[in-house]
Amino acid sequence: MLAHVLLAACTGFGLIVPAGVLLARTAARPVVAGGGTAVLGVAGVALGVQSIRAGVVPVRIGWLLPLSGAQFGGDALSGLFVLVVGAVAVAVGVYLIGYARDGHLPTAALAIIPGFVGAMLLVPLAGSVTTFLAMWELMALTSTVLVLTDHERAACRRAGLVYAVMTHLGFLAVLVGLVTFAAGVGSEVFAAMARDGAALPPATRDAIFLLTVAGFASKAGLLPLHAWLPRGHPEAPGPVSALMSAAMVALGVYGLIRIDVVALGVGPGWWGLTLLVIGATSAVYAVLQASVATDLKRLLAYSTSENMGLVAVGLGAAMLLRSAAQPAAAAVAFAAAMLQVVNHAAFKSLAFLGASTVQRATGQRDLDQLGGLARRMPATSGLFGIAALAGSGLPLGAAFISEWLLLQSLVHAVPSHSSTVALAMPLTVAAVALSAGLGIAAMVKAFGVGFLARPRTAAADAAVDPSAAMVAGMALAAAACVLLAVAPALTGPLFAHLDGVVPGLDGGVRWGRVLELSGLRGAMSPLGVLAAVAAAALLIAMSIGLTRRGRPAPTTVPLWACGAGPLTPRMQYTASAFAEPLQRVFDDVLRPDTDIEVSHLDESRYMLDRIRYRRQISDAVEARLYAPILRVVEAGAHLVRRAHNGRLHWYLGYGAVGLLIALVVAR
Amino acid sequence: MSRAADVGTATQIVLAVAVAPMLVGVTRQTRARLEGRAGAGWRQPYRDLRKLLRKQSLRPRGTTIVFAAAPLLVAASTLAAAGLVPIVVASPTTTRIGDLFVVVGLLLFGTVTLALAGLDSGTAFGGMGASRTITMAALVEPSLLLAVFALSVPVRSTSLAAIVTSVAAHPETVARPGAVLAGAALVVAVLAETGRLPIDNPATHLELTMVHEAMTLEYAGPRLAVIEWASALRLTVLLALLANLFWPAGIAIHNVSAPALLLATVAITAKLVVLAAVLGGAEVLLAKLRLFRVPELLAGAFLLGLLAVTTSSVLSVNAS
Repeated sequence: MLAHVLLAACTGFGLIVPAGVLLARTAARPVVAGGGTAVLGVAGVALGVQSIRAGVVPVRIGWLLPLSGAQFGGDALSGLFVLVVGAVAVAVGVYLIGYARDGHLPTAALAIIPGFVGAMLLVPLAGSVTTFLAMWELMALTSTVLVLTDHERAACRRAGLVYAVMTHLGFLAVLVGLVTFAAGVGSEVFAAMARDGAALPPATRDAIFLLTVAGFASKAGLLPLHAWLPRGHPEAPGPVSALMSAAMVALGVYGLIRIDVVALGVGPGWWGLTLLVIGATSAVYAVLQASVATDLKRLLAYSTSENMGLVAVGLGAAMLLRSAAQPAAAAVAFAAAMLQVVNHAAFKSLAFLGASTVQRATGQRDLDQLGGLARRMPATSGLFGIAALAGSGLPLGAAFISEWLLLQSLVHAVPSHSSTVALAMPLTVAAVALSAGLGIAAMVKAFGVGFLARPRTAAADAAVDPSAAMVAGMALAAAACVLLAVAPALTGPLFAHLDGVVPGLDGGVRWGRVLELSGLRGAMSPLGVLAAVAAAALLIAMSIGLTRRGRPAPTTVPLWACGAGPLTPRMQYTASAFAEPLQRVFDDVLRPDTDIEVSHLDESRYMLDRIRYRRQISDAVEARLYAPILRVVEAGAHLVRRAHNGRLHWYLGYGAVGLLIALVVAR
Repeated sequence: MSRAADVGTATQIVLAVAVAPMLVGVTRQTRARLEGRAGAGWRQPYRDLRKLLRKQSLRPRGTTIVFAAAPLLVAASTLAAAGLVPIVVASPTTTRIGDLFVVVGLLLFGTVTLALAGLDSGTAFGGMGASRTITMAALVEPSLLLAVFALSVPVRSTSLAAIVTSVAAHPETVARPGAVLAGAALVVAVLAETGRLPIDNPATHLELTMVHEAMTLEYAGPRLAVIEWASALRLTVLLALLANLFWPAGIAIHNVSAPALLLATVAITAKLVVLAAVLGGAEVLLAKLRLFRVPELLAGAFLLGLLAVTTSSVLSVNAS
């Protein structure tokens, strides 16, 4: 009952708040939109918790959708994702109150943001194919409009176009896959599909698996369908990027789990292997792009792709392990994937809000133009630092726990049953390890070059901390990051009921002050690590204090400039310089576009006039894979155009031939 | 048991703290003697630390709290790692706090903190050191994790206590192909992590070759003392890890009585001194690699690690 009231509240707020924004006075619009989004988020969090604890009893609302009616319902899995969306919405909503002041966002965007959040909250609660697809499309449409907020710039229009095309191709794949599924089972209700999905003919199951994986992977930003992500996220306004990257992308993962892991049942080993390969390639490739990116938001977007890749690795490992009848290790891998989704939502919303604050304060998102923000925007810098730590996979950060769990599940995979597992696990470990190392490089660059050091431009020099509402929004996300990093005992109950939803898992993680794996050997205590480091720091600080006697008082001195006059900020390393060694090492994968133009003096060719150096790193996958496909499509379109000759009798002839073919096929 | 294990854990932390500068002294002295110099003696690092601690603390203008706090964080994370690694006792009471992954992570945490401090100084040197360190760390981390993983697979646990206990019970397992390959990868990774030749030259101050030293160039006085001591401690922890993972002889496993602890302390100190001397001796024979040749070496270590994991997991298929 409580769950239904909350469900009604989420749906209602999703409709009322946009209307309220449009009706409110101009000055009040940011408060209505931001406050409304935050309230919607709180309702979502409550609904998520309720759904995790007790589930949401299915309800059917006949009039809401034509023909089939809308069906809603939820279990622990839906609850977790509703909670994630809701929590992100709370932080973004509070932030929006401050961000949208002074007409910083157009009214249309303000009105659509709560609607977008409402759609995202309802996607995991959809109980049937029609409802799911309707909410999915609503989410896609609202987000497309939001990406196009800044449509006066060509780059933004281009990003919007790419996003709209890719998201709809993905939708098409999901649509065909789910319709095939529903037709095969004879019901479009998820509960019935989950019951009978495993009994479908193997070929049908394989086709459904491939179609839905393609569709959901494009939403989750997995390779090779990731191209919209590094374009769309940087061009969308800050709060929208935060919502898209932290919440919407996670719903792609939800789709993968709901259909491919849960409803289709335990599948053949190559399903898991497919996800494993997609995930590992995405993680390594995206983190490589992130570590050489100089645009802060582009870096974060690639990092999203990387993190979703790691989630896919976890899911793939879970599927592979349960196919190999190792339920305990599979449960740990699944828990790792789920924890990674939650961690990613917390730190990525914080990081995108931080980046958007910086962009607003300086007008820049190019790391080469930033620097020195730690002294000018201490609050923003500190909060971004928390996000960077949480996202880098270092101890004391949230992502460390999920990566630790993922590695544990791989260690404990007993390869004795199949040589596939024996070969897949080491390669997966290599991919995870490589992406962990490079992820740290990307985060050090983002924080160290962007926020520390000295300002590289006047705009960065003049930056100041934003309004209280914006800081509060970021602080909420930061609190979630800290909680996830040190107190798995508190966050553990969120994952405790998932075993019952997902078939083929057994055991998993015992969440306490010490994380333990049930049925497997392995333990780690995030709180213990924090205590050990803190105690050690205290001890060292005290010993240094004890030796203070006789030491002169501390003093401030200028930086060492090799005796050659004052250092200028131009002498610092930039983000490009920082990443140059890595770019050189991975030259073959990144394929940077480098131009060196040397012009000589007229008098002597041994004397240089100027050297111009230009380097651009574009997405190699996009350039090498998408361009040929687009060329083929274009050639096909030219071919079809020949048939469009404008003569009526020809068109009637096409109709007749088409009808004949249809009759022959349907005979 | 628990009380005695506590004493053992405390012993090994104190031991690591105390012998760290000595190991640096031993490598330097070995190197000096082999190069035909008299050398300053193995006690010189202690004198250096005392000298630095007496000096004035300097803070460069324009730096933030990151710069000020980095030495403390580096030292604290390394000290915490020293508490987790089996040095004197095979299963310190901290076993449940963290495993091998946590130790690797804590050491990396220290590296990252120093790199941020280097960037924070806002000088060309700081950025240069940070960029090079992070590039190497990003490439070393995977080899290190792979080597760790390869050692964990036969034991089915990443707990250091489990690995060391198992190796102590069956010393012949060290000769298995997986372990040998992992050992080779680990040696390269340890050289890179501790900034030794051929990857970084700890004695250089030439901008073309500096890696670690470039990041710490702005530090002076007590903060520099802490950094120097922390990097010596890092060397100690990694050498002790190397020694005990492959040759745990003498370590106190079940019996943690006073004589056993004393024996273990003597054994590990002897092993560490030998390893430090070998390191110093090897450095005489090696030249520093060009910076852009280093990734090739690290890629080699990565491949060794990958082979190690594959071998140990494929062989364990055949074994069972």
